[in-house]
Amino acid sequence: MEHDTIAGIASGMGGGIGIIRVSGNNSLRIVGEIFATKKFVHDNTLREDSWDKDFFFKKDSHTIHYGFILDDDGTIVDEVMVLLMKSPRSYTCEDVVEIDSHGGPFLIDKILKILMHHGARLAEPGEFTKRAFLNGRIDLAQAEAVMKLITSKNAFALDSAIKQLEGRVSKYIEKIRQEILDNMAYIEAALDDPEHYDLNGFSDKLYVKVHEEINSLQELLDNFENGRMKSEGIRTVIVGKPNAGKSSLMNLLLDEERAIVTNIAGTTRDILEERVQIGNLVLNLVDTAGIHDTDDFVEHLGVEKAMEYLEGADFIIYVVDSSAPLDEADEKIISLLAGKSGVILFNKSDIDSVLELRDLKDKIEWDCIFFSSKTGDGLDKLEKYITECFLEGNISFNDQIYLTSLRHREAVEEAVESLYQLLNTIEDGMPEDFYIVDLMDAYKYLGLINGETASEDLVNKIFKDFCMGK
Amino acid sequence: MSYTYESYDVVVIGAGHAGCEAALAAARLGCKTLVFTVSIDSIAMMPCNPNIGGSSKGHLVREVDALGGEMGKNIDKTYIQSKMLNTSKGPAVHSLRAQADKKDYSREMRRVLENTDNLVIKQGEVAEIFVENEQVTGVRTASDAVYPCKAVIMCTGTYLKARCIYGEVSNNTGPNGLSAANQLTACLDKLGIEVRRFKTGTPARVDRRTIDFSKMQEQKGDKKVVPFSFTNRPEDIEREQVSCWLTYTNQQTHQIILDNIDRSPLYSGDIKGTGPRYCPSIEDKVVRFSDKDRHQVFLEPEGNYTNEMYIGGMSSSLPEDVQYAMYHTVPGLENASIVRNAYAIEYDCINPVQLKASLEFKDISGFFSAGQSNGSSGYEEAAAQGIIAGINAARKLAGKKALILDRSQAYIGVLIDDLITKGTNEPYRMMTSRAEYRLLLRQDNADLRLTEIGYEVGLISQERYDALCEKRAMIEAEIKRMQKTTVGAGKEVQEFLKKNKSTLLQSGTTLAELLKRPELSYDILSEIDKDRKILPDDVCEQVNINLKYDGYIKRQERQVAQYKKLENRKIPEDINYDEVYSLRKEALQKLKDFRPASVGQASRISGVSPADISVLLIYLEKYNKEL
Repeated sequence: MEHDTIAGIASGMGGGIGIIRVSGNNSLRIVGEIFATKKFVHDNTLREDSWDKDFFFKKDSHTIHYGFILDDDGTIVDEVMVLLMKSPRSYTCEDVVEIDSHGGPFLIDKILKILMHHGARLAEPGEFTKRAFLNGRIDLAQAEAVMKLITSKNAFALDSAIKQLEGRVSKYIEKIRQEILDNMAYIEAALDDPEHYDLNGFSDKLYVKVHEEINSLQELLDNFENGRMKSEGIRTVIVGKPNAGKSSLMNLLLDEERAIVTNIAGTTRDILEERVQIGNLVLNLVDTAGIHDTDDFVEHLGVEKAMEYLEGADFIIYVVDSSAPLDEADEKIISLLAGKSGVILFNKSDIDSVLELRDLKDKIEWDCIFFSSKTGDGLDKLEKYITECFLEGNISFNDQIYLTSLRHREAVEEAVESLYQLLNTIEDGMPEDFYIVDLMDAYKYLGLINGETASEDLVNKIFKDFCMGK
Repeated sequence: MSYTYESYDVVVIGAGHAGCEAALAAARLGCKTLVFTVSIDSIAMMPCNPNIGGSSKGHLVREVDALGGEMGKNIDKTYIQSKMLNTSKGPAVHSLRAQADKKDYSREMRRVLENTDNLVIKQGEVAEIFVENEQVTGVRTASDAVYPCKAVIMCTGTYLKARCIYGEVSNNTGPNGLSAANQLTACLDKLGIEVRRFKTGTPARVDRRTIDFSKMQEQKGDKKVVPFSFTNRPEDIEREQVSCWLTYTNQQTHQIILDNIDRSPLYSGDIKGTGPRYCPSIEDKVVRFSDKDRHQVFLEPEGNYTNEMYIGGMSSSLPEDVQYAMYHTVPGLENASIVRNAYAIEYDCINPVQLKASLEFKDISGFFSAGQSNGSSGYEEAAAQGIIAGINAARKLAGKKALILDRSQAYIGVLIDDLITKGTNEPYRMMTSRAEYRLLLRQDNADLRLTEIGYEVGLISQERYDALCEKRAMIEAEIKRMQKTTVGAGKEVQEFLKKNKSTLLQSGTTLAELLKRPELSYDILSEIDKDRKILPDDVCEQVNINLKYDGYIKRQERQVAQYKKLENRKIPEDINYDEVYSLRKEALQKLKDFRPASVGQASRISGVSPADISVLLIYLEKYNKEL
């Protein structure tokens, strides 16, 4: 049911803790039942048994009211400012009441509970935005960007989400869409008024243009991976043979004991994934079971997953136990790392090293950092290395435009596919009216990103740009 | 004093291109039909351009013919030049256009009307439509005669409160000085029908003897003529053709227009109606497309009987003296004498969103409307609506379900769906770009698409239907044969391919596969296709198109299947949109006003967003479950 009344902490944008948002067609009634203005309150207690529960119905939209939240016994819970926004002039287009409490998490929780008691339901993550979208308040791209904001824990991702809100992706896509529309309009004008506009040499020009468009869109797709790293964190996998110190490293990075740290080989039973912030980057840290052949079923599952995770890794930290010589397990791991990017952690450097650095250097061309999982020596170097690697390495974050959702990527991929189809159509020497089939497909797919439909665009464009008819 | 006259099943108001088709369809389907016209001498008159068809309009004419209408037959009888446009492009955009002898066209159509059973023609103006309990009961003429009837089809074209304007001259007449119909608008208002004011225009006509054709390019007709009507063979209608002539405006022309633009009623604000963007007056073209240093001008004969020539491309409402000066700057027209001035015409029309897809008013049972009075423009668009309104009036009286063609079946379906769903802010013209499934809606297959429907409706004879079935069977058999017939990489085949600049074969393939190559065709392949029987030209054409564009046709068929899904999601008539909670206010209002018949139609209403459609679908899902 979409039309029930929901309440939640409006903390999406930069942690505005203290604001509770209530939205839905009963929000005025519900908040009215638990809110009293100052004239009903004396010395922090309710002066009368009844107060004006229709208060918000009588007030204008976009007004602020000072008063008190009361619990079911009429006891004052908090002193608040209430902002009233009536449908449709609110974020969700529904009746919205926002309660600005001074309170910390405890009071906020209490107020929410009271609201639930009066018929509101706790909002699901992103539900306000979903309603805003469903009610046509914001478009799909904006809605998705807001959703990203809500879940983003990353300064970069925040930046990306905001840029998307500003419509950078939209604008970029829109530019290509307009080019496509221009070309369709020209073809249609020539089809409609062949005695006036002709298509001689048009296909050659279009062929070149479409190539450019494909390249631009392809670039966007390539950047998708970067966009994902930024908004979802860089997927970082820690590998190493059993007991090399992987879990200890993870705990050091996390700064609290969450992974199971033990010196018994093979006790890291399943994949652990944690987020950690290094500078401006978020790492999605994946700890793996030690990679070795085992008959233990659970252990086995871990290994399989580990291999899978390696495939999807953006960055790999290979932890090597320097107190033992390289063995078969190491060889096996190294063989899996070929062609991937990462760093070697030369662990247990506080103990006399058995392993020589050059033993490794022969096998893998990664940089090596000396490290002690016991003392934490070298951790700062690792953090610096990762930051440098991503920020100053080959991948530039700064001026590119990112597709940040899978849905967007799919739409762009479909559009690219249609444009390739168009190249085939041109190569096959098909008549120009067939170009429209592919162009229109590409146009519609790109339109999905901004949630726009194509229906009247083409006809309007033809009339605008071409002097038609007799 | 009003008095009651004879009663009829169907009364058609107006005998223009919509009215003629509507009246003929209703009468042929057995309804006792009365058609009113302000002048018997102007039945099926062509007050503007002297041609029928053209891009996408030609499609409409062939569709009207395939359903059993008259326009195609009539232009075949009376054309004086015929041309297939866009032959270098794909088959979907080939468009037939014919110059008509206007007087002949009108006379021949009148002859057909006069000789159709159940059909009575009456000169007169309808002043009032009687409605009782939201049901049409009759009409009253300006002379106060009352004709009881069960259905009314309004085809008033540009005649409602018509006003013709050029410069400061303004006459309250319909086109060509015919009387306007001044009374009906008040009745429409009273019936609660939203009426709007549109504008269109026509260029001057000049005396052929005063034109210097040596300064113009001759435009001849096609040597091999394609008939509009599927009932005619090319050889049946061959005749000598006349030429049209092409010339251009120039800077001098444009300067004269710009110097006098303040004297144009369009710019002075005297004309308030909304004009069409696709058919702008020359002053509009010069102002809006100021970067163009010249515009095309076509000189087209009005008929064999007359010296009048139509100046296509230069419609205008500038004052007479400016018209003279302007036309005289055009090469070849320096000494042209103007027979009739150019003028703009304003008229009342209805907002077509008040109609159902059957062209019946949503709120008045038995009241239909078709043609330019629905906000369209063009003879062909009018005829297309006319035949549908005529058929549906007859079906309604017979208690049958309305005939509705959808967007995947016909240009007629696109036209009507656009009008009733999207509405229009200007006189609406058909365009091929409006048809999303145009690869399937070709002018060459209109009979295969629609003649069976025409037969079921009752406008197509058994004989014609049998011929269609035979044609279809021949096409299918030949396609199958081509798909099955293999060709090896033998010497003869390779020689043939070499000769036609086509890649040589590595291994065997089928004739159907070879036909897909751009440089080959069904016709060319006959050389290596020893078993081929001689088939009619129209069958060969279908085989060629269907095999050659197979991939694209299949793609469109898949799109149509998608489209049909939403189209088939019917919305119950008693739906209470207020219950569909999350609809945005605008969408709620629009859906309440339009009352769309399907989710597909709802999705095309402007102001209804994809989110609203999702919400609606969810609601319908729930609604259906609760049933």
